[in-house]
Amino acid sequence: MSDSLDQIFIRAKQWLLSWLSNAPDWLIQIASSLINIAALLGVFLTLFALISVLERKILGRMQNRYGPNRVGPFGLFQPVADGIKMLIKEDIVPARADKVVHFLAPILIAATAILALGIIPYGRNMTPFAIDGGILFFFAVGSTTELAVFMAGWGSNNKFSMLGAMRAIAQMISYELPLIITTFPVVMVVGALSPDAIVAAQNGYSFGVVPHWFVTTPWGAAAFILFFVSGLVESNRTPFDVPEGESEIVAGHMTEYSGFKYATFFMAEYIGMFAISGLAVTLFLGGWHAPIHGLEFIPSYVWFFGKLSILLFIYIWVRGTLPRTRIDQIMNFAWKFMLPMAFTCIIAAAVWHYAGRGVAGWLWSLAVLTLVYVILSILLDTRKKFATRTYRFAE
Amino acid sequence: MNSAAFVVIAILTLAAALAAASLPKLIHAALNFAVAFIGVAAFFFLLGAEFVGLVQVFVYVGAVAVLIVFTILLTRRDVQDTGKLSWGGAIIAIAVFGGLLWAIRKTPALSIAAPQIEALTVKRIGGVLMTDYVWPLQCVGLLLTAALIGALILVMEDREEG
Repeated sequence: MSDSLDQIFIRAKQWLLSWLSNAPDWLIQIASSLINIAALLGVFLTLFALISVLERKILGRMQNRYGPNRVGPFGLFQPVADGIKMLIKEDIVPARADKVVHFLAPILIAATAILALGIIPYGRNMTPFAIDGGILFFFAVGSTTELAVFMAGWGSNNKFSMLGAMRAIAQMISYELPLIITTFPVVMVVGALSPDAIVAAQNGYSFGVVPHWFVTTPWGAAAFILFFVSGLVESNRTPFDVPEGESEIVAGHMTEYSGFKYATFFMAEYIGMFAISGLAVTLFLGGWHAPIHGLEFIPSYVWFFGKLSILLFIYIWVRGTLPRTRIDQIMNFAWKFMLPMAFTCIIAAAVWHYAGRGVAGWLWSLAVLTLVYVILSILLDTRKKFATRTYRFAE
Repeated sequence: MNSAAFVVIAILTLAAALAAASLPKLIHAALNFAVAFIGVAAFFFLLGAEFVGLVQVFVYVGAVAVLIVFTILLTRRDVQDTGKLSWGGAIIAIAVFGGLLWAIRKTPALSIAAPQIEALTVKRIGGVLMTDYVWPLQCVGLLLTAALIGALILVMEDREEG
């Protein structure tokens, strides 16, 4: 029973493909890919609509107000109203914009965001695009986002757009480094770049209650936190939303976009957030595995999307809690703290591996991490540096 | 099906490369350059070299193209091609192309049928890099670190003067 529920989507796909059993091989292959793509888009666009209203509701709750509550029950149809509004808005292109580049930027940014979703295992046998170098694919596709942001900023021919794009690219390049390096320990411990192998390596439980997820090891927990913070920066969300800080540069690289193109940027940002969170779940939180041995009867995709929802809630929580950081603080944090800690995670993972992956390894890797953390905290202590303020221009 | 894909990718890549060489605006040229890089990556995928293709996208589109675009951005915005053909450049380009063509046609490897090798996995590449080629790898790493530190020293502000 539980097995058939677990594999219900796989069965459905096989049933759909059985209609084509007499067709040539390439047609079946294309149809199979199309089914995967349709399912992916359906699920994540629905999730996007849902999260756009839930985010406003949760933020409202945190700020002691109601949030959207006019359209439908509890305001749940708000995304429909938003969508209609965005669709029928006038599309304005600046007269001196670079028309082609301006037009292509939202398409490219949405395409790369959606492509990155393809490699994540959503459940048992449920990876839409299973390739050997899946993790590498994710980051290769993600790195083209910078080009799209640049195209948006430059194509708009507006100084706010350009400044926003430069800020976005600067922080994305800086945080791509810790983001990628924190995946190294996982890849090294598993010995494979494929997301399916990484999820399979996190199977099993100690005493039936402690899952063998990488987040339960010291290096895994540290890497997960670093990965999560870098993901926050990569998706340009508060407290790292200087690229679109509205009090400074209107809306950054999206200033000159209106109507549906603006909605596309908005969607790409959220889908990028889903992708990063999905990868974090895959790498550190055991993918679709259940947290306790006794709960394995619940279908695997429920666990995956449950973990994803928790991460998304933390994203919203952080947005409702923390103020915006300055760009120099973001940069200093990336290069002086995140990067050394990310490298330390690799060493800690190696220590864990060579100390036998048991309790001894657990303690040794914790010791390595604590040591580096304490040294970094002493070195980066800024308290004594706020002595006298000098005014260079205001005297 | 593979030969049809080859032709389509080849046309796209060559068109993008040609556009990169001939478009008057520098930014358009740089973006087309990125498209040409993606085309080359597509060739690697077609040949079954998945890892190399992904690294091609990762390094060339994600890093080199962004670097070029940034360089254009930080220099001058209104640089436009005057439309005149630079004959010296054309001669050098033709000479390099001719030399490469000659060298490729002379290679004895072309006449040998490609041996059937097992698919190149990421794992095998990693294993070979860490055993047979560990010293070249370390040397490259040292070189890149030196370049990184050199770049940092070049852009570092002089605190005393300011």
